[in-house]
Order: sequence, then C-alpha cells, then structure tokens
Amino acid sequence: MTDTTVDVTRDGSTAILRIHGEITGGSEPPIMAAYAEAGDARSIVLDFSQLDYMNSGGIGLLVTLLVRTQRAGQKLLAVGLSEHYRQILALTRLDEAIAIHDDESTALAAAASA
Amino acid sequence: MTTPEPRAPRDQESWARPVDRLSTTAKSSGVDTVTGKRVSGPLQGFGQMWQKTFKVRLDGVALDPEGVVTHWKAGFPSFWPKGATFYAPLAGITPGEVALLEVAPVPGSPVKMSTGVLVIYADRESFTFMTPEGHALSAWITFSAYREGDATVAQAQALERTSDPFIELSYMFGANKANDRFWEQTLTNLATSLGVAAPVVEAQKVCVDKRRQWHYVRNLRHSAAVNMAVGTVTAPARWVRRRRVAD
Repeated sequence: MTDTTVDVTRDGSTAILRIHGEITGGSEPPIMAAYAEAGDARSIVLDFSQLDYMNSGGIGLLVTLLVRTQRAGQKLLAVGLSEHYRQILALTRLDEAIAIHDDESTALAAAASA
Repeated sequence: MTTPEPRAPRDQESWARPVDRLSTTAKSSGVDTVTGKRVSGPLQGFGQMWQKTFKVRLDGVALDPEGVVTHWKAGFPSFWPKGATFYAPLAGITPGEVALLEVAPVPGSPVKMSTGVLVIYADRESFTFMTPEGHALSAWITFSAYREGDATVAQAQALERTSDPFIELSYMFGANKANDRFWEQTLTNLATSLGVAAPVVEAQKVCVDKRRQWHYVRNLRHSAAVNMAVGTVTAPARWVRRRRVAD
C-alpha cells in the first residue's frame, strides 16, 4: 500500500499538483487521478516540497506522466525539489525533459510564457 | 532556539549520485565500451517506449521478498541465460556501481557486444539498472520481489526504447521477442535456483509511447553493436595493413 496524496489547484491555464508522502510504482492511481483532474491545463507544475520518499518505480511513473503530457501538448515543470531529489532527476536525465524551478512563482511565470 | 536539521529522506542511501561519465571496477574478457560514456535512459532513446513486466510466483519458497532479492543480487550473473555474461563490479550490486556485460546484439549471433549498466537504485527489496550510451537499449530495468497472497513474487520490469534505428529495425524483426525470452529465462533460472519445480513466468508488455524520437538517430555514433560490426568488417583490412607495416 503506497502513501501518496495529491492536491490539485489551478492558476490560470496551469495546474499545480502538490504531492504528499511518497512516489512509488504503486502511486499511479492518485497521481494519474490528479493529472486527470488537471483537465485542459496547458502546463502542469509538480510540487515536490512534501515528498519524503521516492524509489525507482516512482521515477518510472514520472516518465509515464511525462509521456502523457507530451502527447497532450502540455508542459511539465517541477518545484520544491530538495537537493537529493534534484540529483535523482539529474542522475536519471529526467531533468532534460522536466523544467526544474526554484519556486512556484518562477515556475508559474515560465508556464505562462510557454 | 536552534533550527532542527531537515530530515534525510528515507531513500537517501538507495540512490546513486549523478555521474557525468561512467567508470567501472568490473573486469570482462571483452572491450570496455562503458568507461567515459554517459547514462542513457528511456528519454534518450530512439525507438518506441515499452514497459515490459515479467513475474514469477515462487510457490513453496520460504524466503520473504528481502530474502529473494538478497539471493538474486548475490547470484545475479548465474541466472542469466547461456550466451550472455554479466561481470559484477567489485562492490557488488550497490548504488553507483557499474557492471560490464557481453550479450549477443541479435539472437543467435556468435559475436558478442560489450556494454554495461549502472546501478542507479538498490534497496532491500529491489534494484534498478540504467543503460549507458552504446547499449542496444536506452532503458531502466528494476528487479524486485513482493508478497502476493501466500507466495513471494519475483519481478523484472523494464522501461525501454531501442537506442538507434538499426536496433529498432531488429526489434521489429524478432529481437524484441528474443529480449523478452531473455528475461523470461532469467526469471525461470532464478525460480529454479530457489527450488520451484516448474516455474511459470507471466509477461505483460505495454507500448507507453508509440512515437520514435528521430533526433536520437545520433545515438548511432555510440552504438556498441555498430562499432562491433564495423570492427568485424574492417578486421581483415587492418590485419593486412599491420602485416605490411611489419614487413
């Protein structure tokens, strides 16, 4: 049983998915439900500030989410990454496809200009 | 009042550190095509993206998931099918270590391709490899075990793209199925080693992304298979040149 909850809010055409707890392969239902709730957002911002565990299954799930956003013509951005999780995205070269920002306002500005 | 130290994430010790260029302590009988290369995952590959899941129920095996993964890590090279060789790094399957491989680039090939993998993640119940530039696949593959009912299940799950158009073409003409058989046989060997009499491997394949990433045609310049083929074809000419120099 995975411990993942996701809150979804909107800021104009950008949806913000705030992830609480962990991301593992078993997190697919709450993550994808949150993505569906984001609806027709042009950009999706993932807020990792409340993340306290991610295994390699979680990284695979982020790739699946990335593919879906690319297929929908949406931009995927990330905020709230600790140094540890920034390193994981660099290690897996996910940072080449997900734009990482230092804070939410910067991410929202980047999303608005996309 | 002092500010409390931020809590270290629970997965801190399970992940490798980012690395710009790979190096290895493993020793193989082939050429080291991995040192100096970057990692290359499913986002950096050419072909369609597939998620492949292979699982085998270990009925009658008393080991819990942690016990199965400990056994798997310790004997990993021995569970590979004949014809492929895994050279473990000195520290074993631990985050940040690089293993070397010799595998046939296409089924039945007598010539082996030398490549490797980086251990990007390892905990008590799973471990994950990531491929380097030059490998036939741009992939992550996770080996894990979990409880399902009254048995432990061992699983290998890959998220992969072929690295270049030649490999993608070979995948369309049988190499994809051969790759599946490789992992089915690996799980069969693992289960047999644990005493399962007639292991049954279930396989599930999902095409996650039908699009091919044409800007990664450039992966050809790293291809261990292409370099091996060019080396094989040019070997006679190089031999003649060496003889002339010697004379």
